[in-house]
Amino acid sequence: MLGCGGGRRAAVTCLLELRGVDKTFFTDRGPVHAVRQMSMTIEAGEVVGLVGESGSGKSTVANLVLGLEQPDAGRIRFRGRDIGDWLAAESGAYRQAVQAVFQHPFQALDRRKRVGWLVAEPLVIHRRGSSRQRAERVEELMADVNLDPSLVDRYPHQLSGGQAQRVNIARALALEPSLLVCDEPVSALDVSVQAQILNLLLEIGRKRAMAMLFISHSLPVVRHLSDRTVVMYAGIAVEQGPGGEVSDRPAHPYTQLLISAASMTGDDPGTGRRAMQEAVPPQGCRFAPRCPMVIDRCAAEEPGLEELYEGRSSRCWRSHEFLDI
Amino acid sequence: MSAADLPAVPDALAAAGSRRAGGGGRGVLWWAAATALGVLALVAFPGLLAPGDPYSLEVSNRFASPGSANLFGTDDAGRDILSRVIHGARYSLWSSILIVTFAAVVGTVYGALAAWYGGILDRLLMRTVDVFLAFPYLVFAMAVAASLGRGLTSTMVALCLLWWPSYARMVRGQVKSILNDYHIRAAVTLGASRGQILRWHVIPHTYNQLLVRFTLDIGNALVALTGLAFLGLGATPPLPEWGRMVADSKQFALTAWWYGVFPGVVIFLTVLNFVLLGEALRKRVEL
Repeated sequence: MLGCGGGRRAAVTCLLELRGVDKTFFTDRGPVHAVRQMSMTIEAGEVVGLVGESGSGKSTVANLVLGLEQPDAGRIRFRGRDIGDWLAAESGAYRQAVQAVFQHPFQALDRRKRVGWLVAEPLVIHRRGSSRQRAERVEELMADVNLDPSLVDRYPHQLSGGQAQRVNIARALALEPSLLVCDEPVSALDVSVQAQILNLLLEIGRKRAMAMLFISHSLPVVRHLSDRTVVMYAGIAVEQGPGGEVSDRPAHPYTQLLISAASMTGDDPGTGRRAMQEAVPPQGCRFAPRCPMVIDRCAAEEPGLEELYEGRSSRCWRSHEFLDI
Repeated sequence: MSAADLPAVPDALAAAGSRRAGGGGRGVLWWAAATALGVLALVAFPGLLAPGDPYSLEVSNRFASPGSANLFGTDDAGRDILSRVIHGARYSLWSSILIVTFAAVVGTVYGALAAWYGGILDRLLMRTVDVFLAFPYLVFAMAVAASLGRGLTSTMVALCLLWWPSYARMVRGQVKSILNDYHIRAAVTLGASRGQILRWHVIPHTYNQLLVRFTLDIGNALVALTGLAFLGLGATPPLPEWGRMVADSKQFALTAWWYGVFPGVVIFLTVLNFVLLGEALRKRVEL
């Protein structure tokens, strides 16, 4: 198990830790197990990519970390303290420390407010500075995200998608958070703009030594950004490891599938979602029905998250084989 | 067959079509807005605009027919009807505006609270609203107005009591749906408090629909108010309230048509104007 420091490195500062987190939604079509037995950590200043196809539960992880949803089981700790405690006792401090950039840049902005107002909003909420100091800070923030300062008087609908997402990023940075949760921040944008926004996030994260939970359905994007990658399938973390290694030498067949173009177009993307809806989990591996590498053992026994070597773990019986270790 | 072979569309017809599709709504909007402002000027400065004193009796000049001396004629006490109609705006129209304003403010706060807190409080608040809405409104207004005693004030109180629940229901529905919007989640993660979210990100999104409803309802409230006055519940003589004037004219309908017709036409046109303004605003907002 990859704990925070896990006893091996006792003094490691762990910013965020999820341990055995479960979240089930009850819908008209029965329960959906969006997140199951999720465990992961983010250390200060670290960029962790969370990747999986749509419906794999990755956005639910973001919502749990942001306190927009409460876990059914397990613990989510920020700086060693449960998020529920943070929000009950010092919600202001938690909100300042953990900020978010969402998928839909326009919908995340109140369309009746001007850009300047929107960027200043977090400063007003947390009573930072006088109105004059706030105006200066807004200018700084807009410069930080490469937004033309003349846009302060615009309404969101007068912006391009990329500009709107920059406004969202400026808002999120205003409070100098130590963790930024980016939930598919570029998937709603034009391909031409995606790279700019990704590089902006990368640059900002490095400059401010800010930790990031970067959620995406695209492994190449995550690879580009993250120090560490977590791959999710049907609410379960199936593989974790250093960013480059996970995509270069995948230890789990699902990761291999994500890498191959076939997974994006050919395969049935609904399988993951169906797997979430199974009321009684099947005995074996959840990925077995889709797995091209399936063996008899997969149907009989569910693999646990096994540490392959330091910093690398996977939920597959054949990982050692794939990695040749 | 090429396009050139087709009969040409007459220019006038094409122009009419494009006008209807394009600027038609805007023309009505400006017209109705200008007229509404004009009527509000009557409310603000009746003394400046009315040719005479609405209360001065001139028995020798009873039932003078419309003419250069009295543009709308005079009534059974020899009072100038035009002056009375102009001064009456302050009683009829202004009262309607006050009623609707009260209803909009109270209903908005009430509906927003119900939507925000949800659960048992929401159900309790909304069942109360249902009870109010279940009464036939004229009967209810008559009962309240009668029990509070005659007079414009008691009718206004009755209509205020009646009017806010529909706003409460409308605003609750809107707030419920706005709270699910994405920008609310963004505000929550920024750390905005409940009050801040409601004030900054929810209530302002109800303004457009509120404005439309408010404008339409000025007309509706005017109909209700003058209707009740016509039935004898409302302004007492000698106030020049429009509905009251129509009621008083009943017995002279055959001998002095102008007595009832001019206040009636003014009521009709004023209501029509606010309804048209409301509809034009609705189109504008929905586009």
